Amino acid sequence: MPENKPGLAGLSEHIAALPGVQSVTAEKGELVAHAERATLLALMTRLRDDPLLRFAQVMDICGVDWPERTERFDVVYNLLSVALNQRLRVIITTDEASPVPSVAAVWPSATWWEREAWDLFGIAFSGQPDLRRILTDYGFEGHPLRKDFPLTGHVELRYDEDRKSVVYEPVKLVQDFRNFDFVSPWEGITTLPGDEKAHQEREK
Amino acid sequence: MSETTAAGKRLVTIDSLAMNFGPQHPAAHGVLRLILEMDGEVVERADPHIGLLHRGTEKLIEHKTYIQAVPYFDRLDYVSPMCCEHAFALAVEKLAGIEVPERGKWIRTLFAEITRVLNHLLNITSYMMDVGAITPILWGFEEREKLLEFHEAASGARFHANYFRPGGVSKDLPAGLADRIADWAQSFPKFIDELEELLTANRIWKQRTVDIGVIGAEDALAWGFSGPCLRASGVPWDLRRAQPYDMYGSVEFSIPVGRNGDCYDRYLVRMGEMRESVKIIKQCLANMRPGPIKVQDRKFTPPTRAEMKHSMEALIHHFKLYTEGFHVPAGATYTVVEAPKGEFGVYLVADGTNRPYRCKIRPTGFAFLQAIEVLGRRHMLADVVAIIGSLDVVFGEIDR
Repeated sequence: MPENKPGLAGLSEHIAALPGVQSVTAEKGELVAHAERATLLALMTRLRDDPLLRFAQVMDICGVDWPERTERFDVVYNLLSVALNQRLRVIITTDEASPVPSVAAVWPSATWWEREAWDLFGIAFSGQPDLRRILTDYGFEGHPLRKDFPLTGHVELRYDEDRKSVVYEPVKLVQDFRNFDFVSPWEGITTLPGDEKAHQEREK
Repeated sequence: MSETTAAGKRLVTIDSLAMNFGPQHPAAHGVLRLILEMDGEVVERADPHIGLLHRGTEKLIEHKTYIQAVPYFDRLDYVSPMCCEHAFALAVEKLAGIEVPERGKWIRTLFAEITRVLNHLLNITSYMMDVGAITPILWGFEEREKLLEFHEAASGARFHANYFRPGGVSKDLPAGLADRIADWAQSFPKFIDELEELLTANRIWKQRTVDIGVIGAEDALAWGFSGPCLRASGVPWDLRRAQPYDMYGSVEFSIPVGRNGDCYDRYLVRMGEMRESVKIIKQCLANMRPGPIKVQDRKFTPPTRAEMKHSMEALIHHFKLYTEGFHVPAGATYTVVEAPKGEFGVYLVADGTNRPYRCKIRPTGFAFLQAIEVLGRRHMLADVVAIIGSLDVVFGEIDR
């Protein structure tokens, strides 16, 4: 451990001053930095090499899908500085079309995390030579962790005795998937179904 | 074969052979499919194909309430189930802002360490079996059985415990269990001695593991290593010490650190950790006082069965908790625990409803397996087996 360990506030100021960082907040004691997509690679290299920070490890890269936003995906990088005993979360946003600069050149372990984000969300990484699927089946179609992908998937697999091979078929549900809606009419919905007009009147 | 072209560049023809290792291979520790490019018996390139055990855990958790999500964590790293639950429980507690009572924390620390011994016993002994020693696994399973009985006594299940819940643990230890664990903690170090006598200085064992799969401290960090594999490379990094959670801040233990980062050091670190775990278990038992084992807020934890018999309020709480569950305020956290294999993390995004918006699981072995490419390069095929064993991979968590 270095003796001149800066406090959380000092660290957050230092990170906020780096180019490409939009904002730094402390959420429940965890540092969160929102950054720009275009300059990500330079920022990440700086975070790794800056003698005050030394984020030598990227522990996790993952996507989060917010379909109602224009840039629907968050890409979340969880960094760890063993020297400083400090974690940092870097968040950037992107959509289906625009690729994110790959950080595999900064941390070699990023390759598989990026493959996973590509596989499960369809987030493309530019400069990543190995963007194969990783968790889903060979020949899988779609990106399962997107919010618009159904929980049951689109195809199911079985062994066909006649053809003596494994076959894929569209999913057949014997019973509909039950999605329990727990929004209470007393807490969540302020306008009851069929009562919209009265509510609008009241607002005027 | 090589020839020189007009441009002066050497054209190399490699007579290589692509080999499939797994997915049905006893030394693949599950369903690893490794595509090895071989030059004779030497591995030139290793390309692990994973995902054969992918069950969509993260997607399923998004459709379940917070309490219903806990059992999925048992099924991730099924060799150390309680440590996976631990990360999720801590993440939910952090977001909901609840504080577990002290006895609950001691029980969790105790069982996290029992789980660590459980994991290391299986890993070390099966790793030994992969390189040819058949006796340790028979011995190790006998010890494991005793530990699984403790799991069963506390939670009702040997493996899929569902014991660590957001807000504490599901039930208190049954009468007499603490004494049985104390007895076991007395006798277990002797077992470690016997195991070490059999292996630590064993010539065959050392020939198979010393200087095999070496990774230096800097590379280990860059490849995202954590836990015993990182410590074997000489980095004294342990989350229990660096970022303590539950009662780890108030127990004393030392952190075994290796020097060479080879397969042998990874074995030694795990052996040392088992001894330390026994120390922590003894301290947990000594410091545990009677008291509540889960947070006494009925919006998070259920009332007792007896209370429900006469209190309408308690009955309503129980019903609401097991149908709707509790709501977690919007926010996000990346919460980690030092699982037996290394850093096991949960990145939990809550949106204020009764279900997680996103629950990303950071499996430990994912990073290790990726590094097989550098660890196994220019090694013999049989050494790759030793490397996989020493990395302690379990596909339940890697494939999720």
